Amino acid sequence: MVALGVISLIIGVDTAIVNAVEKNVVIGFTASQTGKLNMEAMRQINGLQLWMEQVNAAGGVKLPDGTVVKFTAKFYDDESKKERVQELYTKLINQDKAEFLISPYSSGLADAAAVIAQQYNKIMITAGAASDSTYKKGYTLVFQTYTPASRYLTGAVDLLAQMDPKAKKIAIIHEKDKFSTDVVNALRTYAEGKGCQVALLEGYESGTTDFAPFINKIPAGVDAILGGGHYADTSTLARQLHEKGVKAKMVALLVAPPEPQFAELGEAALGVIGPSQWEPHTAAYNPASAKKLNVEWFGIGVPEFIKAYQQRFKEDPSYHSAGGYVAGLLLQKAILASGSTTTDKVKAALDAMDILTFYGRIKFDTQKMHGLQIAHDMIYSQWQRHSEGKLVKKLVWPEAFKTAEAILYRK
Amino acid sequence: MVLNQLLASLTDGLLLGFVYGLAAMGLSLIWGVMCVINLAHGSVIALGMFGTYLLFSQTAWNPYLALLAVAVVGFLTGTAIYGAAVHRVINAPHLSSLLATFAVNMIFIGLGTAIFTTSPRNLDYSLGSLQIGAVIFPVTRLIAAMAAILLTVALYLFLFFSRPGKAIRAVANNRTAAELMGIPTSLVLASSFGLGTMLAAVAGGLIATFFPFTILSGGPYELKSFVICVLGGLGNPLGALLGGLLLGGLEGLIPTFMPVSWVPTVEFVLFVLVLVLRPTGLLGAR
Repeated sequence: MVALGVISLIIGVDTAIVNAVEKNVVIGFTASQTGKLNMEAMRQINGLQLWMEQVNAAGGVKLPDGTVVKFTAKFYDDESKKERVQELYTKLINQDKAEFLISPYSSGLADAAAVIAQQYNKIMITAGAASDSTYKKGYTLVFQTYTPASRYLTGAVDLLAQMDPKAKKIAIIHEKDKFSTDVVNALRTYAEGKGCQVALLEGYESGTTDFAPFINKIPAGVDAILGGGHYADTSTLARQLHEKGVKAKMVALLVAPPEPQFAELGEAALGVIGPSQWEPHTAAYNPASAKKLNVEWFGIGVPEFIKAYQQRFKEDPSYHSAGGYVAGLLLQKAILASGSTTTDKVKAALDAMDILTFYGRIKFDTQKMHGLQIAHDMIYSQWQRHSEGKLVKKLVWPEAFKTAEAILYRK
Repeated sequence: MVLNQLLASLTDGLLLGFVYGLAAMGLSLIWGVMCVINLAHGSVIALGMFGTYLLFSQTAWNPYLALLAVAVVGFLTGTAIYGAAVHRVINAPHLSSLLATFAVNMIFIGLGTAIFTTSPRNLDYSLGSLQIGAVIFPVTRLIAAMAAILLTVALYLFLFFSRPGKAIRAVANNRTAAELMGIPTSLVLASSFGLGTMLAAVAGGLIATFFPFTILSGGPYELKSFVICVLGGLGNPLGALLGGLLLGGLEGLIPTFMPVSWVPTVEFVLFVLVLVLRPTGLLGAR
């Protein structure tokens, strides 16, 4: 490099041009290509892959010193198993020389990977991992893209109050994993604070397929059934709630309802509400709203993301897809802002970040719960019947995002 | 209200119990005839699930029609397992047959994982729900229970009133004496293993009509089958059905009075109690 500088001085060539070298940065992650988290995880990986293809095709990230950063993905199948994650992340860092990490899908797996990221001084953007508890462990290099689990279902309580102010009796049936337990603990506190009565609180093991014992326990006259866990179990729960003819004003379940595949449940999907990190109809995320919020707008717009994703993967994106894309986008922004790929400089850029993207606003806690997402909002969608009889997703909460009024689940 | 919950829970539990019983019957039959604990039982249940699923999703066969094909393939697979892994160790100590069937189990799981992955599958088939009073249950569960009863009756009639059935009982009773009477014991043992495997595969196919599954889903049903066999009496197919009903009934009733997570605890306490107080099971062994 010194020799190049000397030569450039001698022949009078701008050093910036001479130094315009391409740097390949390996981004490492595990993908649940198989196992119970397969559906959500693959969408997340698709999103991340789309971001990487776009940024590389656009010429990479150009740093002030002339270096052009391009990205390569290195990943392994974690089989949706926690015990595989730590071994594979260590391999990604030591053997594959990953410079930045993206978390696996789900809070449990991401939490296992976070220890390794911190231990090896690597920045990890957590996508698809909403649990709050990971950020109470003192990690300084783990940054969350999702709205934390503690705010996942609290909006459903507000929506219920708006639908029927007298509706106060709720039943909670949830998966006993890290994420769902965090969601439910916060939900219970919030609901009771709003004067609701939690008539049933039951947890089920991951991988449960028979929900009849839980459904039979739902007390009569319950206004809302809340809970669920991940796609496989939650879609089964929704199906069995329908088969058992359960009556309630609201059914709001985690993770599965926002997925386009949820419509395959047919009648069982009708009226089910799902908290979502992002929905294709979120027109509120654009450069104009960034200006109003007095924050920087970064990256592509919502319509461009949807179009590119549909073209690339021949399917509609879900919030898991958007989460994967934005994880890469945040790294890109931080590398751009810091002008470097070193951990400490990129970390400083992430700490200072406050931007609006197609996915929503992003800002991280830099105090007690370092890395926790504090600016992104949840959106609540509901499966309703279109005038032509087809099932469509409508945004029903909060007011700012509404595309339709919420309908009752089953009277 | 409590009565309604009790009725609904008991109905769900008993309907499922019939299918548990059918699955356990396969394990029980194999043990009863040849004193082999078939550790490939769970993976065969899972393969039954996939057989039904593949015929339904790829060839649009009705799942119940697909069960006939699953039964035939299950029987043939069972005889093949017997010939390849069990026959050579049939007279060796129990550990040898345990290891042999465990090896078969690992082969099935490995191949199944490579082909189907461990992602959950769902047989997208519904016949709606049936309401009787305050109790609502899916029709698929009712059909599964009826199929389990039908197969139990058929097995009973086969074992007690058909010539091959009597040969199986004779071999179970005294293999040497049966051989001296001219019964081809190897063929009978292979058929018995085939029959036990067929029952497990059909039970898997029935479960697939109402629960999602993966290639690893057979494990919990295998565990339940062991508990059921101990409850009903190892080696007694009718006892297996009774044990299945008992287990299903408990799974339905326990959540009415305590958190659902207590179900396995109560089940296994009962399991230990039966082992201590009545080791031969409720209907006794041979």
